[in-house]
Amino acid sequence: MENIILTLIIFFPTLGALLLLIIPGDRKDSIKGITLIISFVTMILSFWLYAMFETHGLGMQMEVNIPWIESMGVGYHLGIDGISLLLIVLTTVLTLLAVLASWHSIHHNLKGYYFSILILMTGMIGVFCSLDLFLFYVFWEVMLIPMYFIIGIWGGVRRVYAAIKFVLFTMFGSLLMLVGILYLLYQYQAFSGEYTFDILKLYHTPLTFIEQMWLFAAFALAFAIKVPLFPFHTWLPDAHVEAPTAGSVILAGVLLKMGTYGFLRICFPMFPDATITFLPYISVLALIAIIYGALVAMVQKDVKSLVAFSSVSHMGFIMLGMFALNIQGLQGSVLQMLNHGISTGALFLMVGMIYERRHTRLISEFGGLAKVMPLFSTLFLIVTLSSIGLPLTNGFVGEFLILLGLFDANKVYAIIASSGVVLSACYMLWMFQRVVFGKITNPENEKLVDLTLREKLVMFPLIILIFWIGIYPKPFLEKIEPAANMVMKHMERASSVKFDEENSRLVIIDDSDAVLISTDYETIKK
Amino acid sequence: MTEYIYLIPILPLIGFLINGLALNRLPKSVVSAVACGSIGLSFVLSVILFFELKALEPSSRVIEQVLFPWISVGSFHVNFAFLLDPLSAIMILVVTGVGFLIHVYSVGYMSHDPGYSRYFAYLNLFTFSMLTLVLADNFLLMFVGWEGVGLCSYLLIGFWFEKKSASDAGKKAFIVNRIGDFGFLIGMFIVFWSVGSLNFNQVSSIAPTVFAFGGTLITAACLLLFVGAIGKSAQIPLYVWLPDAMEGPTPVSALIHAATMVTAGVYMIARTNVLFMLAPDALMVVAVIGAATALFAATIGLVQNDIKRVLAYSTVSQLGYMFLACGVASFSAGIFHLMTHAFFKALLFLGAGSVIHAMSNEQDMRKMGGLKKHLPITFMTFLIATLAISGIPGLSGFFSKDEILWKSFSSQSGHPIFWVIGFITAGLTAFYMFRLVYMTFYGQERMDEKTKSQLHESPKSMTIPLMVLALLAVVGGWVGMPHILGATNYFEDWLSPVFSHGEAVNTHALLSSTADSSMEWLLMFASVALVLVAIYLAYNFYLKKTSLSTAMKEKLSGVHKTLLNKYYVDEFYGAVIVRPIIYFSLFLWKIVDVLIIDGLINGSATVYNDISEFLRQGQSGRVRSYATIFTLGVVVLLAFFMTD
Amino acid sequence: MTVPIDAYLVVGAGLFGIGVIGVLVSRNLIILLMSVELMLNAANLALIAFSRALNLMDGHAFVFLVLTIAAAEASVGLAMVITLYRNHDTVNIDRFSILKW
Repeated sequence: MENIILTLIIFFPTLGALLLLIIPGDRKDSIKGITLIISFVTMILSFWLYAMFETHGLGMQMEVNIPWIESMGVGYHLGIDGISLLLIVLTTVLTLLAVLASWHSIHHNLKGYYFSILILMTGMIGVFCSLDLFLFYVFWEVMLIPMYFIIGIWGGVRRVYAAIKFVLFTMFGSLLMLVGILYLLYQYQAFSGEYTFDILKLYHTPLTFIEQMWLFAAFALAFAIKVPLFPFHTWLPDAHVEAPTAGSVILAGVLLKMGTYGFLRICFPMFPDATITFLPYISVLALIAIIYGALVAMVQKDVKSLVAFSSVSHMGFIMLGMFALNIQGLQGSVLQMLNHGISTGALFLMVGMIYERRHTRLISEFGGLAKVMPLFSTLFLIVTLSSIGLPLTNGFVGEFLILLGLFDANKVYAIIASSGVVLSACYMLWMFQRVVFGKITNPENEKLVDLTLREKLVMFPLIILIFWIGIYPKPFLEKIEPAANMVMKHMERASSVKFDEENSRLVIIDDSDAVLISTDYETIKK
Repeated sequence: MTEYIYLIPILPLIGFLINGLALNRLPKSVVSAVACGSIGLSFVLSVILFFELKALEPSSRVIEQVLFPWISVGSFHVNFAFLLDPLSAIMILVVTGVGFLIHVYSVGYMSHDPGYSRYFAYLNLFTFSMLTLVLADNFLLMFVGWEGVGLCSYLLIGFWFEKKSASDAGKKAFIVNRIGDFGFLIGMFIVFWSVGSLNFNQVSSIAPTVFAFGGTLITAACLLLFVGAIGKSAQIPLYVWLPDAMEGPTPVSALIHAATMVTAGVYMIARTNVLFMLAPDALMVVAVIGAATALFAATIGLVQNDIKRVLAYSTVSQLGYMFLACGVASFSAGIFHLMTHAFFKALLFLGAGSVIHAMSNEQDMRKMGGLKKHLPITFMTFLIATLAISGIPGLSGFFSKDEILWKSFSSQSGHPIFWVIGFITAGLTAFYMFRLVYMTFYGQERMDEKTKSQLHESPKSMTIPLMVLALLAVVGGWVGMPHILGATNYFEDWLSPVFSHGEAVNTHALLSSTADSSMEWLLMFASVALVLVAIYLAYNFYLKKTSLSTAMKEKLSGVHKTLLNKYYVDEFYGAVIVRPIIYFSLFLWKIVDVLIIDGLINGSATVYNDISEFLRQGQSGRVRSYATIFTLGVVVLLAFFMTD
Repeated sequence: MTVPIDAYLVVGAGLFGIGVIGVLVSRNLIILLMSVELMLNAANLALIAFSRALNLMDGHAFVFLVLTIAAAEASVGLAMVITLYRNHDTVNIDRFSILKW
């Protein structure tokens, strides 16, 4: 079972998508039902994976490595560590909820919609499982196309603009990444005489400092656009605002995490020296993203774009946590990836719920919802607080660890980043006040019905997760710890850092003369 | 019984869950039984634990209970663990005791409110958070309670959420508190990365070895922690949220914004006394801010007309006293005043609530007067609390205030100036409190006929808590009588194990510079005399010759206006901080985001579009022109090859 | 006296030129088709001329092939012209520009 579980999780949704193709398009209920079952089963499979995962195991687990295109050294190499495990579970859970959430909101061409969602699921899970750069790239692009259609066909008024913008931004980055991949391939071939796309092997590619810088830049750009890091973020508000609820949920919940995941999986271990060199620049961009995202979120008029800008701010935290290069920062940032998926996913779901009722997302159209929708308001409050990072909700644990780690790495960054905590309270509570509190001024809001059973079902798992991670994060943190340590150990081969085993952090050695990195040529040749 | 410490906070949490999850479906009697019962049980448990703790040797009065490991990453470990020691024992007694009385009071006060069960759910949640705060055995868990009480305060201030001013005030409270929390957070980071732990006991024992006495790092850490305290306890410059917080139901003001939550900052400083003792400069800042706030808020309190606002500024002022006490390294005096203040200020608020209740929700004192005969019980209890807060000898407020004044004068880290400020504030306090009493309970009945006809004494559920609190306001101070009266200061002795660590690192901070007991007598008489004069002045101004106060108002109209408008601090913050941020954000959005970044993106797309547009001209779609170009091409090719 | 091959080629080139100009200049689809025929015939003439001059039969074979194709082309072409006329009421080539972007 260990051999096929990953394959099963990745391709089960594809099978489901193919099954959808043979069902006539007008049988809407069976299409929805089948998609629901498929995504539910995939989620159960991912839970099983979670159960099978050995918490303290080092290195990759459930590995599969089958040659695919041998002449090019392409392999079907899958494997997961704690980081990918959690992201896979997040993906399957959010996809299931996204399917449930779009139950009544999608009216035309259901077949195409659910087909896209299932293919998207395959792409997302595939990215998190791939240990082969070729495969990684394939899945990376696979997930782009369904998202393009989801935004472009089932989106809002400016959907085509948003969809094209989304695709062009992502494509621009990923093509540079492709060039980087090819360069890496030839470089490794020149060194070992073997063509391979195997990520674990490519970790040992000997690269000069200059090469590292260029390659890091190529990969980092692709990932930074996905994160999105300031100033590459402008696709995000458009895409979020125009996408249907499910699209926004998956986009914010999972797709953004691919950028940060890429940094951890590829940029850090492969180009450690470049990572150290770029660290201050990326950190500053992330800091700008935190403050900038928060400030711009404050003045948004559309709830969805407010949440989108808050994502920019939160993803800045995640980036900073990773670049703290110590265990607190790394674990915090991986946990925060999960948290952001949960909280922002939940926020988008809830915005979708009021959008379905009122067909508007303008903050000024609402007000006084607490009166007519008490349950909605309560859950919305919980989700808002989780997004603000109130203690005992998930957001706090992640944010706290990130800031704690960051403070050790760089006090100034930590202090500036902490101010984001104040700002997030400002924009979220202000929005909350305008939507939920006050008198009902708009007569259309008077007859709104509270959450239906389906909507309660959608919110329930997320609310549970919010408190679970907030109160007892141990099971999650345990899973991340070995993987985070592994990332830092891989980076140790950089000439400018040393791994401090006792405190689990990378210490930057200050020798600006070290230009060439001394890779373990000899050990790999053996 | 000590294994049941966790039940003290958990019981109100259970109450919250029952009332919160039932979603208004329970009858009111069940709701109030659950809410009052849970906190009542907590109180009983607290009392039992207090006596168990008392039975132990003074040096071994520290009980830690670890529930489960919370966050554990690398070298960072934090448990969900509670700490019961003399300090937290006092705090839980105050929180559950006063909290219980206020719960009971609320049963009557809120009986007609449609949000009855929501109210009690919030109130229980608050009690849970507050108890977590005071029982936490580490900084992080304290922070949980710290933010938790902030949340409940937000929810309860904005309890009547349909009122814009209420939800505004709630939001303001939360955000201002967050600014403080920002400092707390950073301070916590410094402590952790220096000490390697966030556990209070470990920090207390390790801190003296890792921090240099009076060093920059420890001073920075203490100042940052103090920023947290400033936010939570409404000191200058972050006090602005507390007066607005009076938008909440009055029992909430009594519980959260007088007796418990706002004193969390004082508690936190007392809890981390070792750190503050290591940083004399930070202590000095605490004292200065405390003294300044005490005086500043008292002056605003002189002219306010809203009964609750007077009390709110009075609270800010009294909190300043507590910080002054901490700042002169007399933590036990700070906690002592915290406790007595909890009694008499809760009583004042509840009394004010009773008045407002009787007055059909009128809060303007200019429309009251002569309520003495309509609300006899409320009047009597209110008067006792007023005498207590003014510092009339024998009542609780006298002892605690006197101790603070004396310590700020006599201790090494004190200064006569602090005493002078405290002394003036004491006079002002007596003046504005008696102004309030005279305007409310004496003189002409200035309310309209309809209100007048509906005047009534509050129901028993409200008056009984008033009477209990009045008793406490009288006797609460007797546990901490000064030595010169020949009594034992039980309170100080009880807390001394908690502060012994701090005194050990900074041995001379609390030493008296003048051990002169005649001086102490003199100062005591001076302050009592000042209070009596202030009461007499208030009597003249607001009862006997009201023309005097109007004349005064006109004579000093500039000062009066400034005070009435609270020194225009809110306006200043609005103009200097809030509005620029909004405009800057709009600039970022409209200019940077939309115009510059998106402009570049869309601009590059437009450039491509224009190039294509130009090239498209060639594609006329006319077959003949294609054929012409084709032929020309053939001719050119032929010519090229033939000339070759 | 034999006519020199050059003479045939000149005539053929002339015919081809007329055909090309016809294609480029005429707006009428039918004339355009006829011009194409003219060009084909010019090619035929050249083929026959070379065939005779070189005493090879290949040229003749090609000419038959071309004739067949020309016939086929004419029939298909005319059929399309008729269809176009039915749809657009014109055979003016400049009107058929719907393929433009």
